[in-house]
Amino acid sequence: MAQAVQITQKDFSSDQDVRWCPGCGDYSILANVQRVMPELGVRRENFVFVSGIGCSSRFPYYMNTYGFHTIHGRAPSIATGIKCARPELSVWVVTGDGDGMSIGGNHLLHTIRRNVDIQILLFNNRVYGLTKGQYSPTSRVGMNTKSSPEGSIDYPIQPLAFALGAGATFVARTVDVDAPHLQETLRRAHEHRGTAFVEILQNCHVFNDDEWIEVEDRKQRIDAGMKVVDGAPLVYGSEGARRGIRIEDGVPSVIELADGQDPVAAGVAVHRERYETPAYAFALASLARPEFPLPTGVFRAIENPSYEALLSAQVASARVQRGKGDLEALLSSGDTWTVEA
Amino acid sequence: MPEKPTEEIESVAIRFTGDSGDGMQLTGTKFTESTALAGNDLATLPDYPAEIRAPTGTLAGVSGFQIHFSSHDIRTPADHPDVLVSFNPAALRANVEDVRPGGMVILNIDAFTEKALTRAGYTEDPLPALRDRFQLVEIPFTKLNRAALADLDLRSRDADRSKNFFALGMLYWLYNRPMEPTLRWLEGKFKGDVLEANARVLKAGHAFGETTETLPRSFVIPRAKIAPGHYRNITGNTALAWGIVAASQVFDQEVFLGAYPITPASEVLHEVSRYRHFGVKTFQAEDEIAAISSAIGASFAGSLGVCTTSGPGLVLKQEALGLAIMAELPLVVVNVQRAGPSTGMPTKVEQADLLNALYGRNSDSPVPVIAAATAGDCFGTTLEAFRLAVKYMTPVVMLSDSYLANSAEPWQIPDVASLGQERAPFATDPESFQPYSRDPETLARPWATPGTAGLEHRIGGLAKQDGTGNVSYDAKNNAHMHALRHEKVARIANEIPPTEVLGPDRGELLVVGWGSTQGAILSACIEAREDGQNVSNIHLRYLNPLPPDLGEVLARFDKVLVPELNLGQLSLLIRSQFLIDAKSLSKVEGQPFLVEELRAEIDAMLGLET
Repeated sequence: MAQAVQITQKDFSSDQDVRWCPGCGDYSILANVQRVMPELGVRRENFVFVSGIGCSSRFPYYMNTYGFHTIHGRAPSIATGIKCARPELSVWVVTGDGDGMSIGGNHLLHTIRRNVDIQILLFNNRVYGLTKGQYSPTSRVGMNTKSSPEGSIDYPIQPLAFALGAGATFVARTVDVDAPHLQETLRRAHEHRGTAFVEILQNCHVFNDDEWIEVEDRKQRIDAGMKVVDGAPLVYGSEGARRGIRIEDGVPSVIELADGQDPVAAGVAVHRERYETPAYAFALASLARPEFPLPTGVFRAIENPSYEALLSAQVASARVQRGKGDLEALLSSGDTWTVEA
Repeated sequence: MPEKPTEEIESVAIRFTGDSGDGMQLTGTKFTESTALAGNDLATLPDYPAEIRAPTGTLAGVSGFQIHFSSHDIRTPADHPDVLVSFNPAALRANVEDVRPGGMVILNIDAFTEKALTRAGYTEDPLPALRDRFQLVEIPFTKLNRAALADLDLRSRDADRSKNFFALGMLYWLYNRPMEPTLRWLEGKFKGDVLEANARVLKAGHAFGETTETLPRSFVIPRAKIAPGHYRNITGNTALAWGIVAASQVFDQEVFLGAYPITPASEVLHEVSRYRHFGVKTFQAEDEIAAISSAIGASFAGSLGVCTTSGPGLVLKQEALGLAIMAELPLVVVNVQRAGPSTGMPTKVEQADLLNALYGRNSDSPVPVIAAATAGDCFGTTLEAFRLAVKYMTPVVMLSDSYLANSAEPWQIPDVASLGQERAPFATDPESFQPYSRDPETLARPWATPGTAGLEHRIGGLAKQDGTGNVSYDAKNNAHMHALRHEKVARIANEIPPTEVLGPDRGELLVVGWGSTQGAILSACIEAREDGQNVSNIHLRYLNPLPPDLGEVLARFDKVLVPELNLGQLSLLIRSQFLIDAKSLSKVEGQPFLVEELRAEIDAMLGLET
């Protein structure tokens, strides 16, 4: 680990010029990822960043690690192959709402379901950026774009609900410009064994500016956002306007809290990352503005053996039971006969 | 009772036919194993519907298995069976016209009820007319089988399931095949009443053959004079799967197989999945795209990535295959071709994905393509695909087809030492490392895998600057990289062995084949030469690049005939590349060529009337 101690954020910057639009939320995410990497106790050569297609998918070019910029939507599958082949590597997928939720939805679903031990960072800006501004699968109904001049009539998908539905063992949400929270979420995602799915709310300055301003702006965030913490009640809001979230029979509601009132006694739900069923996390994922605050943090984190670990265990156990494969014995197995000269 | 006489014959072709639930494939497979151990050369042709259980007794549900075995060299399952075994009227109706005139037709006469005849589409009893044309052997297999099992506590439906083994036992007697391999297999597979029932009726069928007056003699087919060595019976899919497993040993490297179930390639996934102890990881992906993508990921990480599929799957893989070409990673893509287009006839043969393999991607994206010629050849061709992939850092498409996949032949077991030992040249030295530097001989770029300190680099589908691999939109660089990728694949031609011309090395007619048609083409050309015709033939394993001497070989003949199970794909390549008037003979009926079809075309090209 000697090297891990010495390397710094700078060691993770590649020699390539970063080419996102000025004001793009990706800059902040890149800086924070590079900042966290040296703290993770992983040698630089053991990091692999894999991406698909889209603005976010340029990410690996700017990381001085191993990187693979692949094809649209397929990054989770390529990452699955990498992790199965080399379980010791730290594999990170960078995707977007179009790449991950639209063309790559199937791969994302099955990768999460298998619980492959990788980190999936989904940058959600609710628009197609690289193709210049069409509505995406997470865009709001009614959004006017070049391909929806009369407003989008697609109902949006909620990435965290999708991940929970696929049986995700780790689901979190954070915000591009909230550096400490973003970094802490990345650390947690890395610690998790299994698929860590992180939605990063990210601003597209050019095609969907200020989509997440309520949680990006420090002041607005206090009343419009809610950071969830394991074991703490779901409370938010500024002094004098504190509120909490009650979840009853899976249905959330807002409770106004008086000064000094005990939120738990008032019926506010206590956040737990390890509820047996994902129903609570699903309810959390359904909270949307303006009726509710937008929650961020780790929604769910449970333990389950990861796919590549189970696969490697099968290989190891086959070797214990049957010995290392003997090709000569295989080719001569079953009925054979000899033709004499 | 005096023992019945035996008659020595050179070869025989038997076709087992029945409902898809009658166990014809199993019966054929067991007869094949026994025949292989009897020392005959053989070739088989399983032919079954895609439906697991089509309606009973209908033509759609007929399943067949043909085996041709002989005391001499065998290359095809035979154009016309000498013996047809039919378990119901539908099986008879679907197959009897293929039988050699005067051949033997063995019927389960119990199944020939009026209702079953109607179901099969017969409006009157066909047997009287058939008795004039064939030697009909009418045996009450169902009744005899039930009688043999009378004292076992089995429902008649369960008892009837073993009637195929009763017939098998009778045929073992008729052709003097050993019963022991099948009995051994039964003992390993079943226990209790099921084992007892099957073993008993197999022996009862054999005893029935010995005693029945319907069969006056049995036949002996002497051992074939084949090259000395250690042999086994093998199907193309098994050989292919073992080729994948063998790659892990030859390269001493982990193999990663990503696959999605598809007929007729699924058996390869099944077979390889059994050999985890070889360090072979299999991954059943969510779709064809994820299957190839995971294999590309594994290759990037330093494993031998491979994926197995059939035509429709290859189409879905093409985008990712383009990425592997751009990223210049070793990868083997196996396509066990089937009849199309679209879903087509999933269990039937065609070799119509050649152009798709060569050109089915966006832009110019060259990929080496090689094809197996026989079931056993699937083993060596698979290993060759891995060798080329690693040596040239390129994806390689390996073509098999549904005929090779399911047909069986005796296979000389290779000496493992003769397979060689290869070492992937992994890059380790950070000094002057560049991800897109080139080996001067092969033009391969280095294989630098994650985990290697100092070699951190980024690859991807965007255009690459030569050397650094950095994203580049430079016009001249793009043209240069196109040329490099093209030249890299073209250089494989340098190691293709000289084309072997069978027959005169120059003359009137050259027949050019590739893939699974080898047996039929070879048989037709050998027969034609024996009849004094001036015809030669070559068979191509390398479809891209083509053998470097091919143009010169073609030029030595007046005429060129290219038989293919497609509408003329290799023929198109040869015509365009060598500017010769090659003639295409195509067949797209979901069945292999008959030797007589090829002979007729050869005759026609030589100006001989038939």
